[in-house]
Amino acid sequence: MGRFMTTTLASAALALVCGQAQADQLEDIKADGEIVVGVKQDYKPWGYLTSDGELAGLEIDLARDVAERLGVELELVPVVASNRMQFLSQGRIDLIIATMGDNEDRRKIVGMIQPNYYAGGTNVLAPKSVELEEWADLDGRDVCALQGSYYNKRVTQLYGPNLVAFAGIPEVTSALQNGNCVAFLYDNTWIESQIASDEQWADYEMPFETEDPQAWSIAVPLEELDGPYGQKMSEIVTDWHKTGFLIERNEANGIAASPFLQEMHEKFK
Amino acid sequence: MDSTSLIEWLRPDWFFDLAVVSDEYNRGRYLAGLWMTIQLSVISIVLSLIVGAVGAAAQGAQSRTLRALVGFFVAFFRNTPPLVQLYFFYFAIGTVLQITGDNGRPVPLVSNFGWAIISLSLFAGALNVEIFRAGIEAVPKSTVEAAEALGYKRLQIYKDIVLPLAVRISLPALGTNLVNLVKTTTLAYAIAVPELLYVAAQIWSEDLNVQEMMNVLLLSYVAIVGVLVWVLHHWEKKLRIPGYGR
Repeated sequence: MGRFMTTTLASAALALVCGQAQADQLEDIKADGEIVVGVKQDYKPWGYLTSDGELAGLEIDLARDVAERLGVELELVPVVASNRMQFLSQGRIDLIIATMGDNEDRRKIVGMIQPNYYAGGTNVLAPKSVELEEWADLDGRDVCALQGSYYNKRVTQLYGPNLVAFAGIPEVTSALQNGNCVAFLYDNTWIESQIASDEQWADYEMPFETEDPQAWSIAVPLEELDGPYGQKMSEIVTDWHKTGFLIERNEANGIAASPFLQEMHEKFK
Repeated sequence: MDSTSLIEWLRPDWFFDLAVVSDEYNRGRYLAGLWMTIQLSVISIVLSLIVGAVGAAAQGAQSRTLRALVGFFVAFFRNTPPLVQLYFFYFAIGTVLQITGDNGRPVPLVSNFGWAIISLSLFAGALNVEIFRAGIEAVPKSTVEAAEALGYKRLQIYKDIVLPLAVRISLPALGTNLVNLVKTTTLAYAIAVPELLYVAAQIWSEDLNVQEMMNVLLLSYVAIVGVLVWVLHHWEKKLRIPGYGR
């Protein structure tokens, strides 16, 4: 009996392993009845924690819609810029919807779903009293930033600021308000929404011309990009543009109208 | 085999292909990070030794208030995680210790590097107090009494008799603590002091070479700690009194 059990268990385990190796991730997600999505929790109003401790925002709406379309439960995992791609390739999450810019280097690591679902650029948030006027004014000044942002290197090489990079936005805002840096280098989308919605930024401005426009992508593991899972995600994003779902959710979350979303809507209509 | 192909053969390609060797921008940042880690380590080691020696002396003082103060200091820094201390100094005390600049903006009095040095020195210093105290208590009472009989004053006994012996007894434990201190400098990453871990993280999030940078980082620390251990070992050997202790 003991040996029979061992053999049965062993073959069952083997079947399971082989089964997983052959099936694609879309099947796995449906079989598990759950999709795990990595989202931001400090990027209001794209992904943030409400006062009740719930995750909310535009990207959480998108994640919810993905789960609904697949007919599965949704689990949200908070990620930051410096760990989200590692989480995805290690299998801790199935999908990234976390304000991630799409570029050549990153395409070698994760499967960037086309079409892009959003677009942002680079700017700084600075106190009006610092009187910054153009990018060159950053030369030699202490500028706060977020570890792992794609534009840190480019801006440092072009304009020569001394970057002071922290792990999360709360640390950066604290350092900026304490005078540890003269500006915060970040996405124009976030800066615009913060200045518009939050009292604490009343004496702050976004002084520069937004640079380096960058399209955002949701991402699946690289090996899934051309498989059924990647294709399904691509269909979903296309549909978001086509039906105007993104424009509607963008407005519902209180974000200023995005020319990129309008353009994509016209294109797929 | 002619000489050029021999050199070619000896040349370890993987080394020259490393992002911190081949790319000039990354190389500069890496070396600056290495230098920052060395500065943090050396300054904190020196200050923590001073804190330890003064603290241990104060713990042997007659004033009860002074002893209680040192006890509180040691308890505070030994019982809280160094990362929490660092955040506390930088984000809590740093907001109070500031002046208002010309344009109405706050100007911090202590930089992030300054807070890292203060926090690391006090943390390791608190542990050094305990290590030195253990060393002092291990100095035989009879030795101190003999010094008293010879007319030595309290401070003289501490400086010329107790401390030299106590330092020798404390050295192994002190070595462990100082090695730990060097490794703890990586926490300065959290308040954006551009030390080795910080620059490595910057490089790997831009070049996406996490694995390579992890190896570089690990070997860098093996080398830095290796030098420190060698110095301490050398020191221990030099200070050895034949017939005393081992």
